[in-house]
Amino acid sequence: MLSYTLRRIVTVFLPTLLGISVLVFGAMQAIPGDFVDIMIGLGPDVSDEQRDAIARSYGLDAPVPVQYVVWLGDAVRGDLGTSLRTGQPVSREIVNRLPATLELALLATVASLLIAVPAGVLAAVHRNGPIDLIARLGGLLGLSVPNFLLGTLLILFVSLHWPVLPTTGFVPVSDGLLANVRSLVLPAVSLGALLAASITRMTRSALLEELGKEYLTVARAKGLTDRGVVLGHALRNALVPVITVVGIQTGYLLGGTVIVEQLFAIPGIGRLALDAVLQRDYPMVQGTTLFIAGSFVMINLLTDVIYGLVDPRIRRQ
Amino acid sequence: MIAEVPRRSRTLSAVRRAIRRNRAGSAAGLVLLVLVLGAALAPWIAPEDPVTMSPLDRLRPPGDGGLLGGDLFGRDVLSRVLHGARISLITGASSVTVSAIVGTALGVVAGYLGGWVEYVVMRVMDVLFAFPSVLLAILIVAVFEPGFTSIVIAIAIVYTPIFARVVRGSTLTLKHIEYVQAAVASGAPASRVIRHHLLPNITAPILVQLTLSLSGAIILEAALSFLGLGAVPPTPSLGSMLSENRVYMELAPWTVLYPGLTLAVLVFGINLVGDAIRDLIDPRLRTEGS
Repeated sequence: MLSYTLRRIVTVFLPTLLGISVLVFGAMQAIPGDFVDIMIGLGPDVSDEQRDAIARSYGLDAPVPVQYVVWLGDAVRGDLGTSLRTGQPVSREIVNRLPATLELALLATVASLLIAVPAGVLAAVHRNGPIDLIARLGGLLGLSVPNFLLGTLLILFVSLHWPVLPTTGFVPVSDGLLANVRSLVLPAVSLGALLAASITRMTRSALLEELGKEYLTVARAKGLTDRGVVLGHALRNALVPVITVVGIQTGYLLGGTVIVEQLFAIPGIGRLALDAVLQRDYPMVQGTTLFIAGSFVMINLLTDVIYGLVDPRIRRQ
Repeated sequence: MIAEVPRRSRTLSAVRRAIRRNRAGSAAGLVLLVLVLGAALAPWIAPEDPVTMSPLDRLRPPGDGGLLGGDLFGRDVLSRVLHGARISLITGASSVTVSAIVGTALGVVAGYLGGWVEYVVMRVMDVLFAFPSVLLAILIVAVFEPGFTSIVIAIAIVYTPIFARVVRGSTLTLKHIEYVQAAVASGAPASRVIRHHLLPNITAPILVQLTLSLSGAIILEAALSFLGLGAVPPTPSLGSMLSENRVYMELAPWTVLYPGLTLAVLVFGINLVGDAIRDLIDPRLRTEGS
């Protein structure tokens, strides 16, 4: 298992991370406009000497590959540069915004799992019944209604009529757990709907496939109840592909936070990244995109490892 | 020799059978067709110009004047929804077409040639795949000037890796099938093998991926416009209509409901039709019980 994990890290995780860093760095190089111009903003006239001095102080007089290596070296040590807007270290801003995003993503994932896995199981067991129909329709709807639309509808139809769940704003845990969770319910639903829909569909189809297999006939023949067959044998195997879906979709959840945090005015990393793009705060754009994409790759690695844990065949490949 | 079956009648009867079997898909197809027609004909059938502001119609309720009411600048919501659907479809279709062409080229070359070409191409695809799509699109839009072209480029880059992966997978399987091996053995150059033996046989998965990606691309365009990174105002995009009118949605819910509903129906319809197309051209992929 350890060698499998190490192999994944060396062959997939690190090269991808390196590629991401090149892309993020390269994108900022390709941006139109001069970095120094953005630094100075609409400030007073600046002489060429002063411009050169600013460029030098940021290491911009070095060749681009050298700049990349310096930037990467700093990033590896946790130094992502300084925000052009706030003057704060980018990494500190990310750490400040992390709790809100983490809480939101975690809440959405856990809620999706708690709803979607039972829904998928019930749908598969009562195939073509009313529960199945509702689960399938709900699944398709969940895939078709984008998070920003669902969020808008939730604000319009739930929060404006039922002020218990606030329309926007985030209450940190330090101001009370209940208020904190209340402020995150609607955002988490908007963010998690797609995940829940995918999990329901995957659980259903994987379980249906398992239920047709021969080993279940054996399990029944030895006298197991239907419940025992489904929960004890079939579901365990059916959940293996579900793990992949959860892994991939949780990654997309990170992208979704950009939209949902904007919609519900939650001070998380997604909003930090979006604001940085809108304000052309390049070190912040680099830092936040590197962080989010890095987390995505990390989640994928974790998914691979869990996959290898539950399915020994994967490890031996 | 297999008896020659007229291709056209075979396809037609298969379509007829599919319609009988998949009622939901057919109904969705019909609704989608109406919506697509409305969108395509928007410049001619929209009752008003979608960008003309008329202060007197500000937040005017549906029925009173315009069929779907007026938005925060008094623009006709129906006209904007029709034009918005048109923009969604044009943006989605052009970006997905670009990614299909580029992704197919990369995938088939990587799969057929193998070696370091395959390694480099697929690792680059992995890197692009490692970004959440919204984030990648935002990054790309930030590089280019805002506008139609940069949205199409952004969405095309987001969806290229999927096509490359699907096509590479199919190419790898086909490469070892006898008739391809025979062509290679008889001295056909790589370009001929790819054009005459590989590409015609991987159109099915490409078509399936096209419809599946189209709904995603339409959502992505709307999301970018919603975030203010897509269509430049006053261009009527379904996504930007949702965000501009948000401030007044309690007073004038129709300003966000109709664009939202249009977007959802569009995506839902494409998803259902996509499922039906997948069942039709590749029964092996058919999902159990649906």
